[in-house]
Amino acid sequence: MAHTILTVPAVAKSGEIIELRALIQHPMETGYRRSSEGVMLPRDLIRSFTCRFLERGKSGEGELVFSATLHAAISANPFLSFHTTAYASGTFVLTWSGDNGFTQTERAHIAVR
Amino acid sequence: MPSRREFISQVSTSSIAALVTAYPITSMAQIDPLVARVRAYAGVGSIKEGRVKLEIASLVDNGNSVPIEVKVSSAMREQDRVVGIAVFNEKNPQPEIAEFVLGPRTGRAHVSTRIRLATTQRIVAVAKMVDGSCWTHTVEVVVTLAACLDE
Amino acid sequence: MIGKSTKTVLLGLGLGLASAVLTFAPPAHAATTAGAGAGAGAMVDARKSGYEFMLPATQVLQRDDSQNPAMLWVKDGAARWSQIEGANGKSCASCHAHAKASMKGVAAKYPAYSSSLKRVINLQQQINFCRAARQGAVPFALENPALLGLESYVAFQSRGMLTAPSSDAVTVAAQNKGQSLFNQRMGQIDLSCKDCHVDLAGRSLAGNLIPQAHPTGYPLYRLAWQAVGGLQRRLRNCLVGIRAEPYAFGSEEMVALEAYLVKRAAGMPLESPAVRP
Repeated sequence: MAHTILTVPAVAKSGEIIELRALIQHPMETGYRRSSEGVMLPRDLIRSFTCRFLERGKSGEGELVFSATLHAAISANPFLSFHTTAYASGTFVLTWSGDNGFTQTERAHIAVR
Repeated sequence: MPSRREFISQVSTSSIAALVTAYPITSMAQIDPLVARVRAYAGVGSIKEGRVKLEIASLVDNGNSVPIEVKVSSAMREQDRVVGIAVFNEKNPQPEIAEFVLGPRTGRAHVSTRIRLATTQRIVAVAKMVDGSCWTHTVEVVVTLAACLDE
Repeated sequence: MIGKSTKTVLLGLGLGLASAVLTFAPPAHAATTAGAGAGAGAMVDARKSGYEFMLPATQVLQRDDSQNPAMLWVKDGAARWSQIEGANGKSCASCHAHAKASMKGVAAKYPAYSSSLKRVINLQQQINFCRAARQGAVPFALENPALLGLESYVAFQSRGMLTAPSSDAVTVAAQNKGQSLFNQRMGQIDLSCKDCHVDLAGRSLAGNLIPQAHPTGYPLYRLAWQAVGGLQRRLRNCLVGIRAEPYAFGSEEMVALEAYLVKRAAGMPLESPAVRP
């Protein structure tokens, strides 16, 4: 499990535009570097990130908030910041996936008044 | 059709959007990889300069982690809405940096991340609107190398 | 070449991409007093954190915990703090309870004398000592990511506190040894720490400004490393930069240099987890 730091407001007013920030610990190894012993370091990237919102009391995968396709030019320990309009209480579901079967999902709850 | 020298001097002074409009796409793409990327991302949509702002420091401490923010001026409602943003580079081993998809409730088309830049080069941000039209902003960044690294 | 009014320094870049010939103008007289240390009698403290030598975009990364990648290492250390390890069935928390209280100010005084080991050790070595002696676990290699996580978490509890070097006789002896190493020219390029970090501090070296070498932010996220590392890793980078044979991690010389640098920075606020280029 990679460590993550999510910055999502716990409470928002209905109609308020909020910022979401997500930071994850990952080397984003490009596949172009050699180790100090001269061995090629194999590519190991997070390839995609998705944030969906699931309204409280509803089932299913929720509504797409934001998604990103990431390439080798994204820095190690990828940081993403994006916005959405708060309209209901519920859960943001953030998923990162990439090489070597990497996949991680984190959740952040929001109460909307 | 410009000579290579004329073309390069124009590239350094004009926007990607202007170049895409001014010259036939196939020949342009052979010379400027950024143009080809923007064209491919835009698909059949028009490409113009404006509305999108790529915020990036013109001089950075280290190319391993360069903060960028893409801001698109848009009401983000109905027919005036950003559906996607892409960022491309000129001189990294691969031209792609990231492509973002903005959901219908995004509200504010501002996206930030941190990128790697292998060297001093141009970066272009493209915003795609719901009607398919695209807007670009190109920025030149000076990347310096750090001293005293690992053995 | 060295000692003339203009120095030309051939610098091997660690990336192996290029060598750059840099010409330095003679240092302004005032600049040579910078970094002279606390209690030098100056009315104004000319000492500056490395933070002040960075470009604004890098400073933002350090200031904002929601963006600072080093916070991921702090989080890792927090998880390890209460994780039971070793034959004795103990975690760090078994003895030290809440780090927020028990570790407050601890990082500010390292390197320090260990009465158990009868020598001066740095914070990583202290964590490893606890690990072996109290937890009955295998110590980490120095600079191991897990150890850096724990060190980051411990150092984080002292953020904003003032550097308070130990002043017992053994630590003072280490500080003195570190001072002579700091002033001693070494390596193929024949430079001392002082040549760059005192005499030429604030001037350009490759793409960055030369800082005054105050280790107030360690462990820290170095953009060049794309990860968190400790002060000794940074010292090794300097030694490689001047083409000297780097001291081993945890060696007496490394700890002595660390002890002197911390003494020079006495009274400066701790910034860990900092960000540097």
